[in-house]
Order: sequence, then structure tokens, then C-alpha cells
Amino acid sequence: MDVVVCVKQVPDTEQPIRVRPDGGGVEEQGLNWILNYYDEHAVEEALRVREKHGGTVTVVCVGPARATEALRTALAMGADEAVHVQDPALDGADHLGVARVLAETIRQLRYDLVLCGRLATDDNASVVGPALAEYLGLPQATAISRLDISDGVAAVEREVEGGVEVLQVPLPAVFTVERTINEPRYPTLPGIMKAKRKEIRTLGLRDLGLEPGQVGAEAARVRYSRFDPPPRREAGRVVTPDSPEEGARLIAQFLQETAKVL
Amino acid sequence: MDFALSEEHRLVQQTARDFATREILPVASRLDAEHRFPAEIVRGLAELGLMGVMVPEEYGGAGMDNVAYVLAMEEVARACASTAAILSVNNSLVCDPILRYGTEPQKRRYLPVLASGREIGCYCLTEPQAGSDAASLQTTGRLDGDSWVLNGTKVFVTNAREAWVFIVYARTEPEPGARGISAFIVERDHPGISVGKVERKMGLLASSTCEVLLQDCRVPRDNLLGAPGEGFKVALSTLDGGRIGIAAQAVGIARAALEESVAYARERRQFGRPIAEFQAIQWKIADMATRIDAARLLTLRAAWLRDQGKRCTAEASMAKLFASETAMFAAHQGVQIFGGYGYIKDYPVERYFRDAKITEIYEGTSEIQRLVIARNLLA
Amino acid sequence: MGSDVWVIADHAGGSPRRITLELLGKGRELADARGGRLVAVALGHPLDGLPRTLGEYGADAVLSVEHPHLRSYSTEAYTEVLSGIVRQRAPWLVMVPSTAWGRDCAPRLAARVGAGVVTDVEALWVQDGRLQARRPMYTRKVMGTVEYVGDGPHLAVVLPKVFAPAERREGRTADVEVVAVQVPEPRTRLVETRSLQRERVSLTEAEVVVSGGRGLRGPENFALLDALAAELGAAVGSSRPPVDSGWVPHDYEIGQTGKTVSPTVYIAVGISGAPQHLAGMSGSKYIVAINKDPNAPIFQVASLGVVGDLFQIVPKLTEEVRRLKAQG
Ligand SMILES: Cc1cc2nc3c(=O)[nH]c(=O)nc-3n(C[C@H](O)[C@H](O)[C@H](O)COP(=O)(O)OP(=O)(O)OC[C@H]3O[C@@H](n4cnc5c(N)ncnc54)[C@H](O)[C@@H]3O)c2cc1C
Ligand SMILES: Cc1cc2nc3c(=O)[nH]c(=O)nc-3n(C[C@H](O)[C@H](O)[C@H](O)COP(=O)(O)OP(=O)(O)OC[C@H]3O[C@@H](n4cnc5c(N)ncnc54)[C@H](O)[C@@H]3O)c2cc1C
Repeated sequence: MDVVVCVKQVPDTEQPIRVRPDGGGVEEQGLNWILNYYDEHAVEEALRVREKHGGTVTVVCVGPARATEALRTALAMGADEAVHVQDPALDGADHLGVARVLAETIRQLRYDLVLCGRLATDDNASVVGPALAEYLGLPQATAISRLDISDGVAAVEREVEGGVEVLQVPLPAVFTVERTINEPRYPTLPGIMKAKRKEIRTLGLRDLGLEPGQVGAEAARVRYSRFDPPPRREAGRVVTPDSPEEGARLIAQFLQETAKVL
Repeated sequence: MDFALSEEHRLVQQTARDFATREILPVASRLDAEHRFPAEIVRGLAELGLMGVMVPEEYGGAGMDNVAYVLAMEEVARACASTAAILSVNNSLVCDPILRYGTEPQKRRYLPVLASGREIGCYCLTEPQAGSDAASLQTTGRLDGDSWVLNGTKVFVTNAREAWVFIVYARTEPEPGARGISAFIVERDHPGISVGKVERKMGLLASSTCEVLLQDCRVPRDNLLGAPGEGFKVALSTLDGGRIGIAAQAVGIARAALEESVAYARERRQFGRPIAEFQAIQWKIADMATRIDAARLLTLRAAWLRDQGKRCTAEASMAKLFASETAMFAAHQGVQIFGGYGYIKDYPVERYFRDAKITEIYEGTSEIQRLVIARNLLA
Repeated sequence: MGSDVWVIADHAGGSPRRITLELLGKGRELADARGGRLVAVALGHPLDGLPRTLGEYGADAVLSVEHPHLRSYSTEAYTEVLSGIVRQRAPWLVMVPSTAWGRDCAPRLAARVGAGVVTDVEALWVQDGRLQARRPMYTRKVMGTVEYVGDGPHLAVVLPKVFAPAERREGRTADVEVVAVQVPEPRTRLVETRSLQRERVSLTEAEVVVSGGRGLRGPENFALLDALAAELGAAVGSSRPPVDSGWVPHDYEIGQTGKTVSPTVYIAVGISGAPQHLAGMSGSKYIVAINKDPNAPIFQVASLGVVGDLFQIVPKLTEEVRRLKAQG
């Protein structure tokens, strides 16, 4: 079972994220870049599939030079190989463009299964996984919380409103994973040393037979025009009531008179 | 000149940070309150390779360097200083001397067990009458057939209650002072070694600090570590690395105090606004941040020097001196920023305050560090 | 390209879900601004009175697509059907509800028809003739404005509870067009849908959400919140620690790695207010917080904060609500 995992490098959301004064983006200075949280789960799931069924795990990333570190993290967790697509022409690409690039990259690899995170915690788009499935012409399931493979068929579960869907999906397929699917392992120090010795294959658009006009800024159907800090919520009233009864009364009164939900 | 960490160093830092944040931080104050040894966390650290960072892969270690070690130490200490102390003793004071001075059979016997965290080690230098003046130690060792027989009392031994390996310094020749001292590897099961009183301390409450009694303790002849009479050299070179680790521990404690203070200052409102808007608070935070950065740079430089195989005695002392005083400063300011809440056990700065103090004392007090630094300049 | 605004309906048992009405409400406004029609698209089997109801909520036209393979959602069948009619009729904007199926389908549909797609949409407007969308990013520390390029079709996956629902007017009718389609057997098979048997209002649609955090100390104490929620007709949610500790299932979770909710009132009980939690609920109209720590960051965003022990206050609050309701 050869598994390809798509990974993205994102800023750690534990830190403050500030909008640049010109509104053209976020301040990148001083950000701590990490492997996207959901992608850790995707890499973990791929490793578990390999542990159970044999095969290889290849991680693929489309991103700037610094993003090699996300690939290195995945290698340190135990992935076998890594491919990094970087090309200045990808500046301003939209998610469909990125998905196209991933699809062309993955076509060059051996795969029975493609995993992505449910979303990337920077832009929260959750577009790349399903779009990638479309470009590869494969069945998909998004936000899966369980994966069992036997006889070339995957049984997956996904949370839907009010329930859990159980699906049977023939492989190869593309799945995006929910965080409840597993508990990712930490990259170990020996793993980091091993990862250091592995070569990361770097490709540009030309290696994939793609033109900037097909996937870059020119091809983008959506374009970020502005970034703003969120509207500040006014802090309201904080009270320390004399008794629980008084606290309860204040809240009930608020629900009735201000929020009008009673 | 390049201040950027290498990719693998950043990964070590990130992995240690993630582990510390998710696995250690949530339980740190409980470990402290219950004086409980974090056995499970130590197992987790061992799985990551952090119990034998600089032990080569052939001996079951991670095969990394001092820079990786201090980066990890800072992260662990930011979450729990006790855990950092446990880690530091195993890495710097036990694995390191065995690696540097041990025979091949000794390395094969001890390092894989220690690096895998299956067992941990401790370091027995201090005695009731020999603290800063360690060379005045009185524990004796004499050869009797195929065994060394050790007699004496060690105090303040971190990890002793849990340890399997004890690095013991004893006087094997009648000469006074540094010259007659030898180092030994003693196992818990060797006859005549026992752990005495477990100290009740101000801080580092999740790690044990114990008395170790040696009463006609017999260890195999081959368990001498290094050459006979070379023990004090082993002790001192071990301490160079150890002090770098303690410096990193201090940086971690200081950073914890800073991070908590920044978050609190933003949230706590008095006189109608967050206290972060008062300049008096801003200055404290600026001073903390500046000193912490300087302490970290000194620490990384000392680690880097040691990785280059260069002499770093004075640099290690400077790092330890400055970082430990920074930890104390930052914890002190932290408590002040928290006001009354800083004095209450519901908030962690109170623990940082208690934990910070030890970094100015063990592995050479601040006075001794100044002495080492000055001696380097004046000798 | 066209100027119609489409709303892909989310429905159950022949009735539109609330989010469909919200999309129709906003869709009406955008269609009028663009000078196009508001078209509701209903996929399912059977649809019963749904097309008519959609007309009552203001759709000018309804595309009604019934097929046995559309009985339950499947990526392949939905994408196949929707891409076919989108290509054929070229709407300007397609609004998709941000539900499990909407998020699964929309990006794939966009890729198939070559449309720009924006998810997590909280605002939509036209500026200088171009459609703009606003969405939260970076744990809601940033709001991004996205501009759609070209004439469409544009896809917008819209969050629940951000737009006011359309009003129902009996007698208002839409042109219902029954669209005949060929739907291949999907490769993916839905084996079953296990319903999480909890009689409660859907979290994302609820007017009031009562949410519990680590301060609840254990699964049994969520009963306190259930009792309060029952009185308020509210849904119950949680921060992440109760999920991680196994007190409540993952579909309770609100925040960066959970759901995004924007109820009229969000009652945070024993929740400190970490940024990752705020990311999922700070779009609420009012926030009420009960926390024993006067410095808890949740109080920075609360419309009303009450400092105190939740175990004492919540039962009293339930009683008080019951009393006020009895008074009428
Ligand atoms: C929690 C804890 C854990 C420890 N862990 C270990 C361990 O694992 N292994 C181990 O061997 N030891 C350990 N120690 C012992 C520690 O290293 C010693 O306490 C330390 O070296 C100081 O020795 P002392 O306590 O005897 O103080 P003293 O040496 O008696 O010092 C008292 C004071 O006199 C000052 N002073 C002494 N000499 C001079 C001088 N020449 N010039 C100026 N000032 C001087 C000191 O700086 C200090 O202020 C630990 C101690 C503690 C509290
Ligand atoms: C990548 C990532 C993603 C995350 N995603 C999410 C997410 O989606 N959603 C989420 O919620 N978190 C998320 N988190 C976790 C988040 O950082 C916080 O840890 C979490 O929100 C804290 O939950 P809490 O407020 O319930 O617990 P705590 O922070 O522990 O707060 C508990 C609160 O209860 C109060 N309390 C305790 N007892 C009582 C009492 N008797 N009466 C009144 N008050 C009491 C305390 O004062 C305290 O304020 C994420 C973290 C990461 C790193």
C-alpha cells in the first residue's frame, strides 16, 4: 500500500498573528512555521497504514523554500520520501491551482491512497483535498475519523450533522482526515537524524509539464484583496455576584431583556 | 556569523516544545503539589531520545549535540523545572562522563539502558562537609581483591531514589585535595549502597534529592570510571557540560515566567485598563525579555563551543551564572506582575519562583561561577 | 455569463433546513443587485413539497432534481449533477451551505467546472462590479477579503447563522423546473449513517448554545448543561478538553479544530477563552460567561461575565429561566 500525503507548512496559531499595516497580508517576521496540525494526523495515518499493510509513505508539499522543514518533520515522523514543489510562478496561485500542481506531482508517484488534512489552520480553506481528488479522477471522502483497509477497499467514517456516515470507497482514493482519526506520534531525535540524511526531491512547474498560466496567479479564480484584524468585541460587564442566586438572576435577566431569547 | 538554527535543531526544538506543551505542562503543577516523580513523562522523553541526546546512535542514543540538548532542555524546563533536572542529571552528569571516560564494556552496559530511559542515573559528588569545595570530599575507596570498597556519605543527590546507576566520587589515595579522587560506576544492586533521607525542599518538588550511604559498598574492579586518581578531572569536565544544561534549564524557567506574565498583564485589568498598559509593567517585561535573550545566547554559545570540542569552562560558567540569575530575576518580576495572585498556588509563577532559586546553587553556586570566570581572566 | 444566483438547498424530510433559508435571504439581495433571478436547486429523492416551499421562501425558480442515487449525499452523484446544470445554465453565483456535504462537494464542483471557490464565507457583497467575500482565517485572528476573478460561475460555501433567513410567504410561487438527469452509480457506497442519538438542537443552527469546558470536571456534570439547555431550547457544545477527555463526543467541539457557531447567545461555562476556542464562537451576537477566575480571558469578550462557581450558578440559572418562562 503506497500512500502519498500532502502537507502544508503554516504559522503556529499559538502565537499572535498580526495583519500588516497595509492590509496586504500578515506579518511574517518572527512567525514560527510548523507542519499543519491536521497534516500531522494524515502523516500518522499513513504510517499506520504502512505498518499494517507494508508499502511506502511519500510526503508532498507545494510551498516556498522554508516549507522543506514541514517535509523534514514528516520524514522525522517516519515518512520514506519527500517531494517539494517550489516555483516562483506559484505566488498568488489559488487553491485550485495548488491542487492541480499536487495532482500532477502525484501522477508521477506510485500511490494506492492519497491523504490530506481536513484543512490547513492558516487559511482554513479545506479546498485542496476534494479538488485534488477531482483532478486525479479519484473517489474521495472528507474529514474522515476512521480508516480501515482490506482487499483494496477502504471503510471510512465521517462525522456529518447529527451522525456518522460509514462509507466503502474503492482504492485508490483521496481522503482528508479529521483530528479524531488518531494521535500523531512525535518526531523522535533519532528520527530527526535519519530525516536529515534523506534527500528531498525538489521540482518546479516545468518538471511537471505545467505552465504558470495554468496554475499560477493568472489562472487564479479568487484573489485575496485585503486582510483586516477581526472587529474588536467590546468587553461587556463582568460582575462578581454576592450569591449564586444573584448571578443566576443577572444572567436570566440578560437573556430576557437584552438578548431576548426567553 | 549566523544566528539561525539548523533545520534539525529547529525540529528538535519543535518536538520538545510540542511534547512539553502537551504532555508536561498540563500536569506540572500537580506533580509539584504531590511531590510526584514523573515516571510516565520520563518514559515519553526517553522515547523521543531525550534521555540520551548526545549518546551516539550505536549506544542507543540520539547522536545529537549540545546545541540540540540545550534547546530541548529549555522547552522541558519551561513546562516543568523538576523534569528538566531529572533530564539534565541523566544526560550531563551520567551519560556524558561514561561516554567520555568509560571503557567500551562500560559504554555497552550502561549507555543503552540510560539512553532508553529504562533506568536513570545520578551523580554523587557533594558531601556534608564538601559542597563548593568538592575536592575536600571524604568518601573513601580501596581495592580489595577484585572489588573496590567504598565508604562514606553523599548528600543532595538528585534522582537517587529512582536511579540504577550512581556515579560516585571517592578518595582512593591518601593525598588531600583533588589529586587522590577517583570516579566509580555503582549500581543500585551492588551490596552496601543505600538511599537515605529524601530531602524536603523549597522547589524542584517532583524530583528527589537524597542522601546516599556507602557502607562497605563493593563494586567490581572494572567499575572504575577513568584512570585512578583522575576522578576530579572527570567531575570538572562533566560539570562544564552540566552547567550548560543548567543554564538552559534556567532560561526555560525564566521564559515560563515571562510568558505567563505577558498573558496575565494583557488580561488583568486595574484602573479600567489592562495592567499591560502601565509603563511600570512594560519595563519589567522588557527587562525580563532582554535578559532572557542574552542568557539564551550565552547558553547556545557555550553549547556550540563544546560541540566544537573547544574548551568552554569560562563560557559555561558565564552562561550558568547569568541564566540562573536571570531565572531568579524573571520569576521575581513575574510574581510581582501577578500581584497577590502571584503568591497563590493556583498560578504557576509561585512555582517558578521556588524552582528558579536552585539554578543559582547546584552545579556550582553563583559565587563559584564568578570564581571560575575570574580565575580564567586572572590566572 | 449569467446573472442568476443559485442556492443549493440543504433539506430533510421535505423541508429546507434553516441554513437554506439564510442563503435564500442573502441570495435574494445579491440577485436583485445583479439583476438576475434567485434560483433554488433541490437534489434528492423524493423531494415532496420542497420545491414549492422554496418558492414560498422567495426563490424565483426552482430546479428540482430527483433521482434514486440522490437519496443520500454522495460526492460523485452530486458533483455530476451539479456540474452538469452549472455548465449548461451558467449561473453567476452558486451558494452552498457549509455543511458536511457542502464542504465535501463544493471544492470538487469548483475544480470540475473551473469556478473560483471560497469557503467559510461570512459576508458577500459586490464592489466595483466584482463579487467579494469575507472569511475568518488564522484562528480568526485575521479576516480575509477575497475577490472573485472573472464573470463566474462563482462558488461560495457559506457559514450558518451569518445571514438573516428569508421570510416565508404562503402563496408565493416559483417556476419549478423538473430537471431530468442521468446519474451513474457512485463508486463510493454509503453503508449506513449512524445517528448520534441525542435529542438536541443542532449546534450550528441553535439560537442559544450552552457550552462547557474543563471547568465541568467530568462527563456527569454535562447533565447540568443539558438541563439548562432544555429550558432554553438550546444546543450543548464544549471546548476541546471535554472532547479530549472523552466526556463528550467530538461533534460537541467548538473552535479551531471543531465547529464554528454564531448563535444569538453563547453561554460559556467553565471555559477559559483560549484563542482556539474563541475562533469558533466569537461571531456570536452575545456571549455570557460563567467562570470562577476573574482574570479568565473569556471575560474580555463576554457581553456579560459572572464570576463564580458554575456548580452553584448553573442549577440556579436553570430554575430562574424556568420561573421566568412560567411567568410568560
Ligand atoms: C536540590 C539540590 C539538588 C542537588 N543535586 C546534586 C547532585 O545531584 N549531585 C551532587 O553532587 N550535588 C547536588 N547538590 C549539591 C549542590 O551542588 C551543592 O549544594 C552546592 O554545590 C553548594 O554546596 P553547599 O550546599 O555545601 O554550600 P557551601 O559550599 O557550604 O556554600 C555556602 C555559601 O558559601 C559560598 N561559598 C563557598 N565557597 C566559596 C568561595 N570560595 N568563595 C565565595 N563564596 C563561597 C557559596 O557560594 C554559598 O553561598 C544539590 C543540591 C540541591 C539543593
Ligand atoms: C492546534 C490547536 C487547536 C485547538 N483547537 C481548539 C478548539 O477547536 N476548541 C477549543 O476549545 N480548544 C482548542 N484548543 C485548545 C485550547 O488551546 C485550550 O486549551 C482550550 O480551549 C481550553 O479549554 P477550557 O477553556 O475548557 O479549559 P481551561 O483553559 O482549563 O479552562 C477551564 C476554565 O474553567 C474555569 N473553572 C474551573 N472550575 C470552575 C468552576 N467550578 N466554576 C466556574 N469556572 C470554573 C477555570 O477558571 C478556567 O478558566 C486547541 C489547541 C491547539 C494547540
